Amino acid sequence: MAREVLSILVDNHAGVLTRVASMFSRRGFNIDSLTVSATNDPKISRITAVVQADKDALEQIIKQTARLEETKEIFPLCQENSLLRELLLVKVEAPEEKRSAIREVAQIYKAKIIDLSVTSMVMELTGEPEKIDAFLRVLSPYRILEMCRTGITALERGVREA
Amino acid sequence: MKLTGAEIIAEVLIEQGVDTLFGYPGGAVLNIYDALYRYQDRIRHIMTAHEQGASHAADGYARVTGKTGVVLSTSGPGATNLVTGIATAYMDSIPMVAITGNVGTDLIGKDSFQEVFITGITMPVTKHNFLVRNVEELADTLRNAFRIAQSGRKGPVLVDIPKNVTAAVCEFVPQKAVFPVYVTEIEEEEIRQVAELINEAERPVLYFGGGVTASGGGEALNELVQKADIPAAYTLMAAGVLDYQDPHNLGLLGMHGGLVSNLAVDQADLVLALGTRFDDRVASDTNKFARNGKVVHIDIDPSEVNKNVKVDYSLVGDVKDILASLLKYVKEQKHEKWMGWIEEKKKADYQPVDDDTVIRPHQLIQTLSKMAGPDAVYVTDVGQHQMWAAQYIRHVKPSSFLTSGGLGTMGYGYGAAIGATLGCEGKRRVIHITGDGSFHMNMNEACTAVSYGLPIITVIMNNQVLGMVRQWQTTFYEKRYSSTDPHRKTDFVKVAEGFGARGFHCETLAEFETAMEQALKESGPVWIECRIEKDEKVLPMIPAGASVDEIMLN
Repeated sequence: MAREVLSILVDNHAGVLTRVASMFSRRGFNIDSLTVSATNDPKISRITAVVQADKDALEQIIKQTARLEETKEIFPLCQENSLLRELLLVKVEAPEEKRSAIREVAQIYKAKIIDLSVTSMVMELTGEPEKIDAFLRVLSPYRILEMCRTGITALERGVREA
Repeated sequence: MKLTGAEIIAEVLIEQGVDTLFGYPGGAVLNIYDALYRYQDRIRHIMTAHEQGASHAADGYARVTGKTGVVLSTSGPGATNLVTGIATAYMDSIPMVAITGNVGTDLIGKDSFQEVFITGITMPVTKHNFLVRNVEELADTLRNAFRIAQSGRKGPVLVDIPKNVTAAVCEFVPQKAVFPVYVTEIEEEEIRQVAELINEAERPVLYFGGGVTASGGGEALNELVQKADIPAAYTLMAAGVLDYQDPHNLGLLGMHGGLVSNLAVDQADLVLALGTRFDDRVASDTNKFARNGKVVHIDIDPSEVNKNVKVDYSLVGDVKDILASLLKYVKEQKHEKWMGWIEEKKKADYQPVDDDTVIRPHQLIQTLSKMAGPDAVYVTDVGQHQMWAAQYIRHVKPSSFLTSGGLGTMGYGYGAAIGATLGCEGKRRVIHITGDGSFHMNMNEACTAVSYGLPIITVIMNNQVLGMVRQWQTTFYEKRYSSTDPHRKTDFVKVAEGFGARGFHCETLAEFETAMEQALKESGPVWIECRIEKDEKVLPMIPAGASVDEIMLN
């Protein structure tokens, strides 16, 4: 099983995400994350799906998704040739005595401190998913109060050949 | 011209060539029914006893005519009652358009009376579905629904229409129906490669399914079988494509297929899978299926390739087109040794023993089939009777054996028989073969057959138990007959008469022949109850998950 990133161009209709997600769940495909976003064409949305799949499972995921009426295009993103980004918001317990240590970690990872209270701190970090994983590992000695990750959104480099 | 949504529905149906639809009225579709009242000279509406019956009727109609079956129901329970029929059509790739009414758009999402989220409910069992929020979108959405139902791999499409949309008025511009044309795009070289495999094979076998019927590829398949001298086995969905008397015909394949068909696929050096999907009732043990040969998969749906069984070659496209292309390169030849081996194995296959003092299932079906003649259309329910019908009917014509293959819907039969009868316009006799279990599910549709004077002959194989489940309990659960022996006291003759139909009761084959003779002369529905032994089994049997190595012949 490997992590695969799929880019799916779909009609920008109400319920299209439900259709894709419902089909994934019905067929038992493993999804790590699913994000939907607008594209430069208002009629089209882009779904970026990160799945755990071997070669056969990936073939099925692609074909079953392509079969949906509202799917315009689906292609796996070659990970060496793609830009993968994720956004993290994390709130950590930060009493005065720990604040500077946490700030140091944030500086190393170029995370932004976007909120500070007497006892907590919220940081924002955008980057490749691996970078976010590493940042969270370094933060692990501190108490994480809340966090959320957006899931991966991705584009291929250069001009895609149709 | 300015029309209401309801009138637009009627106009688009006519434009799409629909002259018959099945349905049941209700609050949310009152406007549509009001329009149908005015269009009744051009659209025949068949009202069933239950929406499920209407959905199976639309399915049966589609299976015999090849046209898209249309079903109409109201919102809420009317819509949910269609779900089994839609799922049945989806699993067997039957073109259908289901139109449901819904509450007005201002009431949607408020748990209004008879409101249900039917597009959500049917998402996994339709090719696609729509909720029409504006009357301006209605005509094109319906046209689109018909296109999707018939394009590529066929299937059901649902269109949900809120009540206010059926009342709203807008400009309607008539259009000619555009029927989707599927273009098979395969490199000649790929065709040549597969043809070469066929030419080189010493022990080739064809294994074909519903895709052959759906594409109208029966003739081409027959041509290939004769030209290259290839034995062929079929799935439940393709009975009748090959004449039962053809020496190449190996019969049904899979769990209740013959020894010879299963052995042939097992021993073949080349298996050509045509318009079929390696369902678990055919390829139970996917690792052992066709283990001695190369497998070529030919199907219109690319997602079926490598889904259940990994194949060596695949051609994606219309089966009829591909067969026609293959025939150009396939050499005429004889596989004498292979056909000789098959003849030998046929002799070793399961042979049921006749007994004229009772009614044995195989004798009943054989007699029935002989008496009904080659033009008859058979419709079954699900269970032992379905398998016996598949095994012993003298299948000679495609699209003449209507059965719920994929979903296995008990209660499918009567509704489908009604649809099939109307689809045949009285030109072919429709025989509904059922069991007492299945028939108890939807026998209510007898009232529909009586109302419309439909001469459906229902043969009830009554063993007084749920035979198929009981057979599994006998074989795999040490005869613990949990809830398969309901001790019902139903008097089928009286019930038939109560509905206004005719009823017969038979205990021997001779009694059946007399009853059947009478039934064939009737102009309305007839029920013939045939008592059979509760310990009768469907044989041969390959247990679920097993291979031909474990086939049971007694």
